[in-house]
Amino acid sequence: MTDQLRGDVVLRVNGEDRVVNLDNRSTLLDALREHLRLTGTKKGCDHGQCGACTVLVDGERANSCLLLAVAAEGREVTTVEGLADEDELHPLQRAFIAHDGFQCGYCTPGQLCSAIGMLAEVADGMPSWISADLTATPDLDDDEIRERMSGNLCRCGAYAGIVAAIREVADG
Amino acid sequence: MRAFRYARATDPGAAAALVTSQPDAVYLGGGTNLVDLMKLGVLRPGLVVDVSRLPYDRIEHLPDGGVLIGGAARNRRVAHDEGIRRRYPALARALLSGASGQIRSQATVAGNLLQRTRCPYFQNTATPCNKRDPGSGCSAIPGAHRDLGVIGTSEHCVATHPSDLAVALAAYDAVVEVRRPDGAEVLVPIGDLHRLPGDTPWIETVLEPGDLVTGVQLPPPPDGAVATYRKVRDRWSFAFATVSVAAVLSTDQVRLALGGVAPKPWRLTATERMLAGTDPSDDDVRAATRAAFTDARPLPENAFKIELAADLVAAVLRDLRTAGAVR
Repeated sequence: MTDQLRGDVVLRVNGEDRVVNLDNRSTLLDALREHLRLTGTKKGCDHGQCGACTVLVDGERANSCLLLAVAAEGREVTTVEGLADEDELHPLQRAFIAHDGFQCGYCTPGQLCSAIGMLAEVADGMPSWISADLTATPDLDDDEIRERMSGNLCRCGAYAGIVAAIREVADG
Repeated sequence: MRAFRYARATDPGAAAALVTSQPDAVYLGGGTNLVDLMKLGVLRPGLVVDVSRLPYDRIEHLPDGGVLIGGAARNRRVAHDEGIRRRYPALARALLSGASGQIRSQATVAGNLLQRTRCPYFQNTATPCNKRDPGSGCSAIPGAHRDLGVIGTSEHCVATHPSDLAVALAAYDAVVEVRRPDGAEVLVPIGDLHRLPGDTPWIETVLEPGDLVTGVQLPPPPDGAVATYRKVRDRWSFAFATVSVAAVLSTDQVRLALGGVAPKPWRLTATERMLAGTDPSDDDVRAATRAAFTDARPLPENAFKIELAADLVAAVLRDLRTAGAVR
């Protein structure tokens, strides 16, 4: 417990521990962008409704705009900058290029992180709201992709390419 | 946002001591509602006590067929739990219907139960709201109340409780585990957790300062029961319920709870009594559902919810009877 309104926070981002001095009010999103200069993660609505700020926290999807940075201490954060293996793009990044899964690109980092978290859920056998059988192995058809990705908006309307890109990676 | 102190609790006693040390202290779970309300200026805590890492994240299936779910368990994990999916499908579906994948991954069970209404006037500090600013008046009654409550409301507040999870818990007769600041454990039936607004809409639950929701207990579902959760909303996904229903059906009983219509999950006990052990037609079910709204206070823009609820309950019970638990 501290009487301080700010303090040093150790954030583990893309496999590296980074110490930042933050106001307790800082969201993880603002800490990433303004303090760590990881500007790949985007601020859209700032209220958890658009998904542009999606990152992975301990491997699961999260709106970084709704997480206090200080509360993310000790958790493993992965941003879009951490998806590629040095110069080798993540397969999903390549698929977004191949299927033209964007126009302006602002929602893309959130789409990528969200889709990677979503595909991990599917691989783990997680059903969705529209799955007819809650206990069957998920069958990731296009409607399932749309339902599971409903937390990511694309105002350019590039959904057709986004779904195709995710489909390609899901089908291996 | 107002500046605040932050403390990460390492044990529940210390957490309770901190949160009762000043009147403007709050517990933090996943933060998916609290942080948003802090950004909006609706909540202005001076101290945030993070209880998300306390050891209350268990999902424990009991020999008697019941289950204990920790208050700090994340919604995604609860929905994914195989025993929950097999034995409590209405609970899994309710969770899967809520919010987005991102929010489900972070939101906690306790936070879900204690989340605040999405009434647009509650969330807008520029408008009067008796819940946010006692005595200032209700903007929703003469205003945009189409999404708000039709029963259990008062002349001072027509807010709905937005949780899908709570509606399913009501149909499963869940009991909420509460840890008092002195360490005592008390059990609160889910139907008693939330209070109706009456003259004091700012008092939303029976919890006292420092009380911590540590989990929920679900008794075994009725033998041979089928169950589901269905949600009617304005768009296909990532929206709050206009009206939702959790239904648990066995040969000798039916349990029904509605979301989107009231300040708390709304059990249809009168309807249940009328339908138990019968083989009703759709019209019988509609009539029995309407009977549960005898004391309703519908407003011009949301009176349709009663007929929608009647249709929804009829459709869900028909599907449960004919096809087993389906969406």
